[in-house]
Amino acid sequence: MENVVTKNEMEIVYKKPKTITDTPMHYCPGCGHGVVHKILMEVIDELGIQDQTIGIAPVGCAVFAYDYMNIDMQEAAHGRASAVATGVRRVLPDKYVFSYQGDGDLAAIGTGETIHTVNRGENILMLFINNGIYGMTGGQMAPTSLIGMKTTTSPYGRDAAQVGNPIKITELIAQLPGAYYVTRQAVHTTQAVRKLKKAIETSFKYQKEKKGTCFIEVVSNCPSGWKMTPVEANVWLEKNMFPVYPLGDIKSPK
Amino acid sequence: MDMAIENGKEMRLMKGNEALAEAAFRAGMKAYFGYPITPQSEILEYLAFHAPEHPDVVVLQAESELAAINMVYGASGAGARVMTSSSSPGISLMQEGLSYMTSAHLPALIVNVQRGGPGLGTIQPSQSDYFQAVKGGGHGDYHLLVLAPASVQEMVDFVFEGFRLSEKYRNPVMILADGALGQMMEKVVLPPAGTLPKADVSWASTGKPAARERNIITSLFIQPEKMEMINLGLQEKYKKMESEIRYELIECNDAEIVLVAFGLTARICQKVIELGREKGIKIGLVRPITLFPFPYDILNRMADSVEAFLAVEMNAGQMLEDVRLAVNGKKPVHFYGRTGGMIPSPEEVLRKVGAIIERVLV
Repeated sequence: MENVVTKNEMEIVYKKPKTITDTPMHYCPGCGHGVVHKILMEVIDELGIQDQTIGIAPVGCAVFAYDYMNIDMQEAAHGRASAVATGVRRVLPDKYVFSYQGDGDLAAIGTGETIHTVNRGENILMLFINNGIYGMTGGQMAPTSLIGMKTTTSPYGRDAAQVGNPIKITELIAQLPGAYYVTRQAVHTTQAVRKLKKAIETSFKYQKEKKGTCFIEVVSNCPSGWKMTPVEANVWLEKNMFPVYPLGDIKSPK
Repeated sequence: MDMAIENGKEMRLMKGNEALAEAAFRAGMKAYFGYPITPQSEILEYLAFHAPEHPDVVVLQAESELAAINMVYGASGAGARVMTSSSSPGISLMQEGLSYMTSAHLPALIVNVQRGGPGLGTIQPSQSDYFQAVKGGGHGDYHLLVLAPASVQEMVDFVFEGFRLSEKYRNPVMILADGALGQMMEKVVLPPAGTLPKADVSWASTGKPAARERNIITSLFIQPEKMEMINLGLQEKYKKMESEIRYELIECNDAEIVLVAFGLTARICQKVIELGREKGIKIGLVRPITLFPFPYDILNRMADSVEAFLAVEMNAGQMLEDVRLAVNGKKPVHFYGRTGGMIPSPEEVLRKVGAIIERVLV
């Protein structure tokens, strides 16, 4: 077995989930996407639902997500992942369905679909990766870019008077009755990763019980777009992103 | 609802939109996603009203045509027989999705009950989406297979045929109707349910069993070498579709002047033939039924024996271009059209025929 680290010949202490393919990932060093992919696939592996899960990939950095996830997937048009997920969900009511989108995809061009998918309480998991920037197209301003944040299309810093404030879409959709479980997590530390994993497990549990939409925002980084080293990016994330996008459950059935 | 059984066949008097919706249930449609727009809202209304009789069929009103076509993408990608319907402005919003679906080889039935444009236009019937329907409509080199009904009966029959062809070629099929066909009531024979066999959907994303590779539905092929192969494959598919070309010839055997018209205008032209023949004019009609692929050959062959062609459309001259391509300069190709929701009368078309043959007919 490749990709297996052993303490000695007998004891496996770590292995790649079988639901992750061997395709080398295109993500930049330090990017959070790879971690989210792995955690998501680990959960699917552990729940033993590889044969029952359909994922929807977005347009954005995760556009190639289906290259890395060893499950059936569909690649959606920009912003439409939750509409595509709705189509899958409605004709396969007993399968597991998730959409995976970035901030531009989910909170700008796809805002209409996002709100109405949650409002219908589509029984899916919506994973939302928020790094405050358009990574794939080269670092343009996102709907979630912070005030003053410099991007290639806000070179003097995001000005609220001109383009509005960062949109807190997660708080917005949490208001809708269709949203069953809404949480904001991160992947910048081991502890954060464990919490995200728990949130994904919880979401799939609720999906099995047909509870409605589960929505997980992952506040992530973009070292390349932010023009920082991975370590600098994670420090900046804690200092600047978390005050605007505080971590924790926003809506919980408990 | 008026209903009669004649020779064992179920016959009803039905509105085009409602007949089409009933046909969709009977053709084994598993999901419908749509958004209201005049003059086709009765399709969604009929499906919603009768949905309880079909518990296995998904009928969902989407938040927009954009969402609807992407729900169609998802459901088709998951292996379901799926349909959407709209009218011109709504179909414009679906073009991005249709481009993606052709590239991803997804079957679906798309119904366009056309209204007059451009812009918000009018709710009256029109044929001004011909270019959009047959030339691609969205970005990239692709086509839909386009069927043009000319009666309420064909609004029914082409649902079965549309699903069958879309699944055969794994390509969206469009029924290009118009507001009059959608709204008018005619006698219609409804085929029984369960006659259209299920398609092979082993390619669909339904959850990957251990024994097979992943099924990925995508239109993204970032390497140009790969993307060109996808394009060549599509072109090969469109070439194969030429075996599906359908048209109707009316009074063409001795015709000296041949009208070319599809859909509603073909119905009007039948009256023109009647009126023209009464006055001793040898006039015929070619009615293209598949608008893509277009019946170029028959028109080209006919050009050897007839004097002139007259394309009649409810637009400013769109199919006209395909008729010219077919005739290829062999004979004059004239045009008569009305736009903006205006329907031409047989008399005004006949007047145009008179102008072509330099005789006063009306």
